[in-house]
Amino acid sequence: MAKVVDRKPLTWAEHTYLPQIVGGLKITLTNLFRKKVTLQYPEERPVIPDGYRGIPTLVKDPNGREKCVSCQLCEFVCPPKAIRITPGAIPEENTERAHIEKAPQEFEINMLRCIYCGFCQEVCPEEAIFLQDTFSLSGYSREELVFQKQKLYEIGGTLPDKHFKWDKKRSAAHAGNAH
Amino acid sequence: MSQETKLITINIDGQDIQVPAGTNVIDAATSAGKEIPHFCYHPHLSVSGNCRMCLVELGTPMIDRATNQPVLDENGKPKISFMPKPAIACSTKATPGMHVKTQTPAIKDCQNGVMEFLLVNHPLDCPICDQAGECRLQEFATDYGRGYSRYIEEKNVKPKRTQLGPRVTLDDERCILCSRCVRFSKEIVKDDVLGFIDRGSYSTLACYPGKKLENNYSLNTVDICPVGALTSTDFRFKMRVWFLKPVNSICTESSVGVNTQVWSREGQIYRITPRRNDAVNDSWMADSGRMLYKQVEDESRLKHYQINGVESTFEAATKAAADLINSGKVAYVGSARMSVEEQFLLREIAEFKLGGMHLVYHQQQGDDLLIAKDASPNLRGALVSGLIKELPKTDLAVLGTRIDSGNVDTLFVAGEDLTKVGLTPAQIAKVKIIYHGTHTNATSEKSAVLLPALTVFERTGCFINQQFRIQKFNTCVPPTNGIRADIEVLSQIQSQVKGEHYKLPNIQAIWEQMGKRINVLAGVTFNSIPDDGLLLDGSDFSALTFCEVKSLHYNVRTSTSTFANT
Repeated sequence: MAKVVDRKPLTWAEHTYLPQIVGGLKITLTNLFRKKVTLQYPEERPVIPDGYRGIPTLVKDPNGREKCVSCQLCEFVCPPKAIRITPGAIPEENTERAHIEKAPQEFEINMLRCIYCGFCQEVCPEEAIFLQDTFSLSGYSREELVFQKQKLYEIGGTLPDKHFKWDKKRSAAHAGNAH
Repeated sequence: MSQETKLITINIDGQDIQVPAGTNVIDAATSAGKEIPHFCYHPHLSVSGNCRMCLVELGTPMIDRATNQPVLDENGKPKISFMPKPAIACSTKATPGMHVKTQTPAIKDCQNGVMEFLLVNHPLDCPICDQAGECRLQEFATDYGRGYSRYIEEKNVKPKRTQLGPRVTLDDERCILCSRCVRFSKEIVKDDVLGFIDRGSYSTLACYPGKKLENNYSLNTVDICPVGALTSTDFRFKMRVWFLKPVNSICTESSVGVNTQVWSREGQIYRITPRRNDAVNDSWMADSGRMLYKQVEDESRLKHYQINGVESTFEAATKAAADLINSGKVAYVGSARMSVEEQFLLREIAEFKLGGMHLVYHQQQGDDLLIAKDASPNLRGALVSGLIKELPKTDLAVLGTRIDSGNVDTLFVAGEDLTKVGLTPAQIAKVKIIYHGTHTNATSEKSAVLLPALTVFERTGCFINQQFRIQKFNTCVPPTNGIRADIEVLSQIQSQVKGEHYKLPNIQAIWEQMGKRINVLAGVTFNSIPDDGLLLDGSDFSALTFCEVKSLHYNVRTSTSTFANT
């Protein structure tokens, strides 16, 4: 049912519209001299807080070595199936890394599929994949946005490592048994 | 085992179950749907009892020594006296009235302790270990373990990748010394190559000096290894097992008909493992059979329908094949590698457009275990489906003389390379060949009509093994390149030859036809064949002398399958 709303008739001052114009100008002028909240994106970039979930990247340890051992748990857990890994073996001739045994031959993440959920980072037993601060991607083709291993390492860079698990393994192997 | 095995009643965790007398307690518990965790016990190997994981509390009815009668409690039930200490279930046979407790606090404590000891020197390799996902140590660590480690000392270091043989890689750190592989080599293959060296926590699995684990059954040690110590060099680091989908199949290597599982991901096969069937292959298969999946992606695969060397379509090529069959004096070269259904369809074609049916009896060296002398999986199927009445010869000399005398001008060939089975190039040049096979060979290159076929991994059907056991194989990976299933090709040719309207074949319908026409298959449908096969009555063919002599569960002297439990 329609409801009749009573409208008050305008006063004389309101008929002139001046108080409203002055009030509006007051807001405009105060904000004109305030500190700006907008950024001149993309020239200016926002500060990304810790724990922000940008695109997933592969990281190296402080010695610049690949951390991923291609266990494929991220591939398994990825809800939109954006990750695809081809596992590979590290040959025995590689004395520096032979004790790690396994490393990805290929590692690709389809950034068009990625939903930035962070499951891959959560599941990684080697702390090799992190969602870092890159948040805006663009490209001219779909293939361009399927990131390969090399590109993922470039974006990922190096993160501090507390454990150095594989170094410990190697030193244990060198030390041998007391036997 | 005698025919009528005596059933006895035992009690597991308060539940009475009936098992044959003398059953192993672990197996008895499994049959009741209960799990007694174990590492070293394997149903097809001798009991070694070294892992101590299957500790249970055992009790037997109390016997009054004076009267030799069971002592009864106030309810009139026999009193059970439990042993003061836990015993291992794997070396205990079920006896009447036995009581087993698997869930008491003492047992849980035992299991917890055993797990802790096993994990003391176990490396934290799960992210790179191929066994992860099907590892008993991993499973039992979550089911029975403590959940965290109290061990802060240095772990043992052992060799990480020893090549035990051409196909097996050993990671000694992961080994829990269960000795399954040692017992398998000694008892099943009778090739005593493995043993432990050094003592205590330094114990290490190794080959005897100067020997290698290189027998044709070496990869079974990888299957039975409860941890990731023994790994297949072929499958190592290829794919994690949780991505792989297992499909039941049959090994085509010989007429033993080993039951297998084919593991694939997204249309690519990664490995083949044996599937337990106590009447055929127990839990084993030969290494050579595991490599057969490589034929699927082989470069010499035939990929296109061709007429006179020109690429064509399925419809046109089958039409051309049917026209050739109808127009000339035709002969057929069937195959004992076709499934029963395909053989039946070929038989129907040959019955409509008469022509001699020739098969080749492929024979090989064979062994006493799982490789029979007959190198094809389905010769019995050719007999049962009515494709042939007699055993074939080892070559096609008869067909050769028929060609020479001008009685044959068209040859339908199912997957045989004619140059290798006794036909001369001159004889082959005299006939027009319709070739229906999987891979390129000298015959396919000479063919007038080329119909690519599918490998056993891409189609569905049945094989009949040397025991006349009919066993199903299923499509593991989809066919590539739009190649149609062999039964589609044969039905299409059949309807073209007969001038009938083509109906897309369906395996159930073919089985209906076979049930009507073949006595031993009456009442059998494709869906009614169980996964472990169905033993058919082979007495119609008892007069024939097959080439097989002895396999794991087959002996020509008794001429039936043997189920002896040795």
